[in-house]
Amino acid sequence: MASIEDKKLRRLSRRELLKLAPVVAVGAFAVTRWQDGLVGRGVRLSDWASGLLFRRHHPAKTFSDADVVPFEKFPYNGYDDLDPGVDLDDWTLTVAGNVRHPGEYTLAQIQALPKVRQNTRHVCVEGWDVIGSFGGARISDFLSLAGADTSSRFLTVECADDYYESLDMATALHSQSLLCYEMYNKPLDRGHGAPLRLSLPTKLGYKSAKYLTKLTVANVLGAQRGYWEDQGYSWHAGL
Amino acid sequence: MASGAQAGAPEAKPEERIRLVTAAYEHPWAIRFTHWLNAAAVFVLAASGLRIFRAFPSFGAKIPEHDLVNIPKALTLGGWLGGALQWHFTFMWLFAGSGVLYLAYQLLSGHYKTVLFVARDVKGVWPMARHYFLFGPKPGVTEPYNPLQKLAYTATVLCGVASFLTGLVLYKPVQFSWLAWPMGGFHWARIWHFAAMCGFLAFIPGHLIMVVLHGWSNFASMLTGWKRDPEYLSRRSTP
Repeated sequence: MASIEDKKLRRLSRRELLKLAPVVAVGAFAVTRWQDGLVGRGVRLSDWASGLLFRRHHPAKTFSDADVVPFEKFPYNGYDDLDPGVDLDDWTLTVAGNVRHPGEYTLAQIQALPKVRQNTRHVCVEGWDVIGSFGGARISDFLSLAGADTSSRFLTVECADDYYESLDMATALHSQSLLCYEMYNKPLDRGHGAPLRLSLPTKLGYKSAKYLTKLTVANVLGAQRGYWEDQGYSWHAGL
Repeated sequence: MASGAQAGAPEAKPEERIRLVTAAYEHPWAIRFTHWLNAAAVFVLAASGLRIFRAFPSFGAKIPEHDLVNIPKALTLGGWLGGALQWHFTFMWLFAGSGVLYLAYQLLSGHYKTVLFVARDVKGVWPMARHYFLFGPKPGVTEPYNPLQKLAYTATVLCGVASFLTGLVLYKPVQFSWLAWPMGGFHWARIWHFAAMCGFLAFIPGHLIMVVLHGWSNFASMLTGWKRDPEYLSRRSTP
């Protein structure tokens, strides 16, 4: 059973060793100038899988008021300026792209849509999470108001600071995706994005842009996909 | 290299002599292939995971934040949170892919019987541990893997499965909310994910020390599959 000719064993061993050759391909990740391209592909693969895993009618968990953290413990976590100096009295939301009614929308028009109040978990890419209270209009209701072509692929947003974001349409149409104008039953304060922000319980926190100024319904994303995404974060960021 | 039993006509010249050696094909291709892929993946996932953890080195609340440890940057991979996430989201595929291939092979081939720690191995753990750690007598070796090895390998595979499942919950807590429940919820998934990595890291030094102690032939068998002079095939059980 166990005796074998030495030469034959050496030949067999060599052949078996060669069969491991594919493993050497992983070494490509050690080449500095290939690294960005390779891990970038890995993120795109993950984003593609994230899109497949997303279920449009599967809700994120909602919580009772007792589970919500106190307002002071909900981090502002701005990436830069917590007050970009928005003129709240003259603020309007510009709507553009594949919509029948482009133009300027007032906060009153958004507040006239059915109001949703939900306690959901805000998950930060850094690793912390916090349950907060959010109120606003469904993005899907607002898109109907604007006559958006919801067969378009993306919704992009611009902000009063230089932040910008883009979402897949499936997430934009999710019933928990909000144009949020209240937190903790009070109008948004400046640190949380007054007067209007996104609240997306099915996405990582960096997708929920603050200080919204413009929405665009689009089929193509330009070079600007999102403030953090353009520096290397995952674009889909679906939870 | 270990010498083997020699057989051959006495009058033959040394170079023509047929040299017989004792050897066993211990590690099938699938095991060797997935072993090395996993070794690379675990290294990258642990190092990039530590960089991700550095972004919020706590398991508590964001406000107030109590950092547990300051992980030295030199131990991490990715440079910044976004870079580390790219490595993590790339190598998670390699880890999961090789893990599934490994488990499928073990189960379908029946090879798992040689390495899976089962009830009858329990009584052999202490004598083996006493030999390794307290210089006790060496128990007789009759199987490719001794009970302590089986325990270590089985526990490590369980850590791998735990890493995968907790990682899935961290990555997609909304889509896999049902999976978060047995872990104690989303918040605990991050703690278990970290604990599973600690389990891996605890295994590796012991594993490497044993590899060094058991010499070249044993190490080479994880490359070629063939092991010369395996102890469990020798007639006398070395005291």
